[in-house]
Amino acid sequence: MTTTLSVQDLHVSIGKGAHSANVLRGVSLELGPGEVRGLVGESGAGKSMLGRAVLGLLPANATIAAGRIAFEGRDLIAMPEPERRRLFGRRIALIPQDPMTSLNPVKRVGAQIAILLRHHLGLSKRDALARAAELLSEVAIRDPRRVLDLYPHEISGGMRQRVLIAMAFACDPSLVIADEPTTALDVTVQRQVLQLVERLRQRHGAAVLFVTHDLGVVAKICRTMTVLHAGRVLEEGETVDVLAKPRHPYTRALLAATPRADRPAEALRPVPPALIDSLWAEAHRLDRLSAMAPS
Amino acid sequence: MTDILLRTGSLSFAYPERTGLFRRKAPRDVVKRVDLAVPRGSVLGLVGESGSGKTTLGRLLVRLLRPTSGGIQFDGIEIGGLAEAAMRPLRARIQMIFQDPQSSLNPRLRLGVTLTRPLQVHGRLQQRRDRRDRAASLLDLVGLPAGLIDRYPHELSGGQRQRAGIARALALEPDFIVADEIVSGLDVSTQAHILLLLRELRARLGLTMVFISHDLSVVRVLCDDVAILQHGEVVEYGPVARIFSAPQHAYTRQLLAAIPLPDVEPGWLDDSSPIVPSLQQGSAA
Repeated sequence: MTTTLSVQDLHVSIGKGAHSANVLRGVSLELGPGEVRGLVGESGAGKSMLGRAVLGLLPANATIAAGRIAFEGRDLIAMPEPERRRLFGRRIALIPQDPMTSLNPVKRVGAQIAILLRHHLGLSKRDALARAAELLSEVAIRDPRRVLDLYPHEISGGMRQRVLIAMAFACDPSLVIADEPTTALDVTVQRQVLQLVERLRQRHGAAVLFVTHDLGVVAKICRTMTVLHAGRVLEEGETVDVLAKPRHPYTRALLAATPRADRPAEALRPVPPALIDSLWAEAHRLDRLSAMAPS
Repeated sequence: MTDILLRTGSLSFAYPERTGLFRRKAPRDVVKRVDLAVPRGSVLGLVGESGSGKTTLGRLLVRLLRPTSGGIQFDGIEIGGLAEAAMRPLRARIQMIFQDPQSSLNPRLRLGVTLTRPLQVHGRLQQRRDRRDRAASLLDLVGLPAGLIDRYPHELSGGQRQRAGIARALALEPDFIVADEIVSGLDVSTQAHILLLLRELRARLGLTMVFISHDLSVVRVLCDDVAILQHGEVVEYGPVARIFSAPQHAYTRQLLAAIPLPDVEPGWLDDSSPIVPSLQQGSAA
């Protein structure tokens, strides 16, 4: 079976010349069909940047300096633009972080889902709306016909996130990039949203790259995980192994610094600043090495 | 008898009736008959989801809002209905730390000025030289290097900014602090440092605090008591150990069950697990 997503030695930098800064320093990861992989890291780790690189949504001042991104065996970086466009939204979909800003405020929910179905699947307007209603009931929205006629501001944050999940799975993608989709939600809503992502993933058979800073979320939904810091992969493996027996000191430190509702306060150990400093020093050493190397 | 620094009696707040061009909005009860008693030197956690009224309650406690009914007693003084002029001498003793340090620090002022501005306003700064000394000792108190005195907020990291926000709240040596979601935007590695800093400050300075958060795990690190808020009402209130070991109210149990612990737990995502009724069909946010 072909790998759904394969990222090899990906280097991405932002800015030009003397002012450029590396954000990904040789990241590699693989995602098999139907696999859910957690991409974990703190701010500045490059986890969202990796998701954007796969989606072809890097900011304009970002450059892919080296590396390969392959989707089902096809090179995404070298692919001509029209071909890529046919993939995105259809075979590769995104669940965005912010349910407040990711929907068009002046278009009804139904129209926004329908345009996606008409564009990618060539459905008629009537069929697209009927399918949109089905999709909404798949994400546990009761009375989907009524919701189709509402504007985004008329529904709650949790419901907006469910609409975005429905849109991501609308065209039966084989890869979904979920970029911190539950960060803005209350815990009880978060649990329901995670349940829905899992249910839809199973039904549609998609692989999911789940970008998050929350080790708890990874533990619950991801079978495998990759720990990122300063644009480098520090550790990866089966979630059950990494969480039970973390090999890298950074992973161990993150776990010890995560407050847990089931443990008393004394168990909390903040991440030693010296560890973070040494990780950044190593990242900058690698930058200098690659700058010296003949290209 | 325990020494209660802050007590509320049937504290309520409703946003006033709004009359618009096209419709009339009935007054909306946001905080309903809340009774709290915060002993001197203790930390009370206020926990609730969005819309639970926790932030409104926090703003009532520091009297940024005036209660619709009910009372707030601070150190034996009824402050619920106090006029602004009468409130002013108490302001120095009651401080608030906000969620977003980025927007609560003036971007155009150097840190040293921001930190000592409250002292100036309350007439507690005699000399220019005092200012730098006070700013340096405040920075030291929250574990920041004195060299940051001449820096602007944008030159600081998120964790440093949150420490600066704490330092500013401490400038007037308050007895009572309300901290509203002050660790929720921070990375895990920074968050633990801030939580332990607050614990240390509380022990060193004998602070009394109300710590508002949506995150029960964070509350467990810092608080002695917890009040769980739902739709503006306190549904459960008690010592932290009891709330976590033997939650009484169904909503508290739901909140605890919904926290994803960093342990692999097959079945956590199964459909059979309880789905919170209030989420079945969301209304307008």
